[in-house]
Amino acid sequence: MNDTILEKLNVLANAAKYDVSCSSSGSSRSNNGKNIGNTVSCGICHSFTEDGRCISLLKVLLSNHCIYDCAYCVNRSSNDIARAAFTVDELAELTINFYRRNYIEGLFLSSGVMRNPDYTMERLMNVAKKLREVYRFNAYIHLKAIPGASPDLVKQAGLYADRMSVNIEIPTEQNLKILAPDKDFASVYQPMALIKENIIISKEERKKYRKSPVFSPAGQSTQLIIGASPENDRQILQLASGLYDFQKLKRVYYSGYVPVTLADNRLPALKQPPLIRENRLYQADWLLRFYEFKVDEIVNDEFQQLDLELDPKLSYALRNPHIFPIDINKADYEMILRIPGVGVRSAKLIVHSRKFGRLNENHLKKMGIVLKRAKYFITCNQLTDGHKDILPSIIRRNILNEKNKLLKRFNENQLSLFGDLVV
Amino acid sequence: MNIFLYDNTFEGLLTVVFESFKLKILPDAIVYKNKYQPSLLDISFEIITDVLKAERVWNGIKAKTSKEACDMVYHTFLSGMDNIGMIIFHYLQLTFAANYNVSVNYREESVLLIKQIQQKVLKEAHRMFMFVRFQKTNNDIYFAPIQPKYDVIPLIGKHFKNRFRDQIWIIYDTERDYGLYYDLKTVEEIKLEQHNINKSSGKIDASLLEEKEECYQVLWKSYFDAINIKERKNLKVQMQFMPKRFWNYLPEKNNG
Repeated sequence: MNDTILEKLNVLANAAKYDVSCSSSGSSRSNNGKNIGNTVSCGICHSFTEDGRCISLLKVLLSNHCIYDCAYCVNRSSNDIARAAFTVDELAELTINFYRRNYIEGLFLSSGVMRNPDYTMERLMNVAKKLREVYRFNAYIHLKAIPGASPDLVKQAGLYADRMSVNIEIPTEQNLKILAPDKDFASVYQPMALIKENIIISKEERKKYRKSPVFSPAGQSTQLIIGASPENDRQILQLASGLYDFQKLKRVYYSGYVPVTLADNRLPALKQPPLIRENRLYQADWLLRFYEFKVDEIVNDEFQQLDLELDPKLSYALRNPHIFPIDINKADYEMILRIPGVGVRSAKLIVHSRKFGRLNENHLKKMGIVLKRAKYFITCNQLTDGHKDILPSIIRRNILNEKNKLLKRFNENQLSLFGDLVV
Repeated sequence: MNIFLYDNTFEGLLTVVFESFKLKILPDAIVYKNKYQPSLLDISFEIITDVLKAERVWNGIKAKTSKEACDMVYHTFLSGMDNIGMIIFHYLQLTFAANYNVSVNYREESVLLIKQIQQKVLKEAHRMFMFVRFQKTNNDIYFAPIQPKYDVIPLIGKHFKNRFRDQIWIIYDTERDYGLYYDLKTVEEIKLEQHNINKSSGKIDASLLEEKEECYQVLWKSYFDAINIKERKNLKVQMQFMPKRFWNYLPEKNNG
């Protein structure tokens, strides 16, 4: 049996790998002793592949047969690739045996659209149901909601999943329709809204009755493909910000487009996936979620595309010299967070410690603040306005110089590293 | 130099603190007695671990600071760093001298240092949650050898107990030569007389494995390779999140 499983695993993992979501956080499900596994709210990564991405869940498709022909997707019906499908029992055995060896936190299950959306959604829901009810699997399950599936099936699925997601993929409907003629925004937003609603209802119910059923307790997420269509960063981040605010999403993932099919004139010819741009979008996303930035502060009419050379926080600081320097000893936590070189952890250290006396440069250095960056934007005991009058353009040049020096040193190390590997 | 010698246990270190305060003699070094090399210039005090004295110091810390701050001291101790005795001593001196809770005053060098060491130890414990790999043996025990940088065994039992409640497991530190054994009821510390683990690869002797074990390792390795996107190769990030020192014991990395 294992050769077939090995083959299927290869095909169906390969088919799932362009979905970048990997999180196993946000759910805290304890084990009563009769079940297999639990979930912890912080989530746990278990391995890292050569592309630097984490493996937390066993991420596979139930089947990579698909009736749709979306240009950006490796599983499009016109793509000549090996096709396979797991049976429920095969998948359950695999998941549980990986889980018991501590390889994974749980299962991330998606699928190509077989026959029609309802047929596919029902099969996904049944896998989750059987894992929970027959196999007593109590660990993390992330289920895809299939665009266009009926509300009833999505609702049932949410009762077995820790997290659900519907992928928007292409950030504007106009471009989605060009690349994926079988899809539209309504088919994506409908299940998304339904999931949101049921999460809210379930939370309310559980305030009243502790035993009432949980619905997708780790919330929902989505994915946007970057660089397959011509949207700019402003459009993308505004969409993301709206999804956080109005659809209450837990995460928006950005997936730099990797050419996965033969040339198609609807898609750009890319030599390299846009990895730097993707990284900048994630940094901007963090500013939205953890640094209390508003989307207009990161991108706006005058500034539509993120700076590829500088991270968005630094870029914001250079565009807004009037709010700096910030006084480390007096400014509010929200303002401390805006200083380039100060992260959430160091911002907390700062506000804790300054209650006991004034902080100086030495304190900051020991706390791990990147003074090379921060020095242009702060005042504290000794470091007073010395840096205040430097022009943003000069700060930019200084910081880029520093960065290039580091990069050069890193590349030299890399070379010597690969030199070793060749031997 | 005043050298305080102790048995390298946490209770022993707390007893050192107790005795030092009582004798009104400050240590210049606190050393594990088996590692001590006498010198003519030293005055050495051999401290006998006393649980009651240790408990008085422990309660003192709790009264002066908080439960979290107590944990911080214990976690720091588990780092096993050579000079950890003095690092903790300086911190406790400050704790007892202050008339407020110093444990969050990171302006103080010794507080920040302790906090930073604690973070390293907790990170290593979390890495066990990530990188422990059980191998199923033919007597139905899930066995995982580990080689953590710090002595994190005392910090990880609860996590694995809560998670793998219906399987018997052993997590064994092959460097410090002790581990945890869960028998479906409780977790206990054990020291194995002998084990058939290859210390450099972390592999259990094949004759002792359950028949499907190797097959699942192959499946896992195969999944690990299939989920990778070649066009995005980034070994630097991979190594940053999964440092090489863990690779030996990971089936996805040590099978060639």
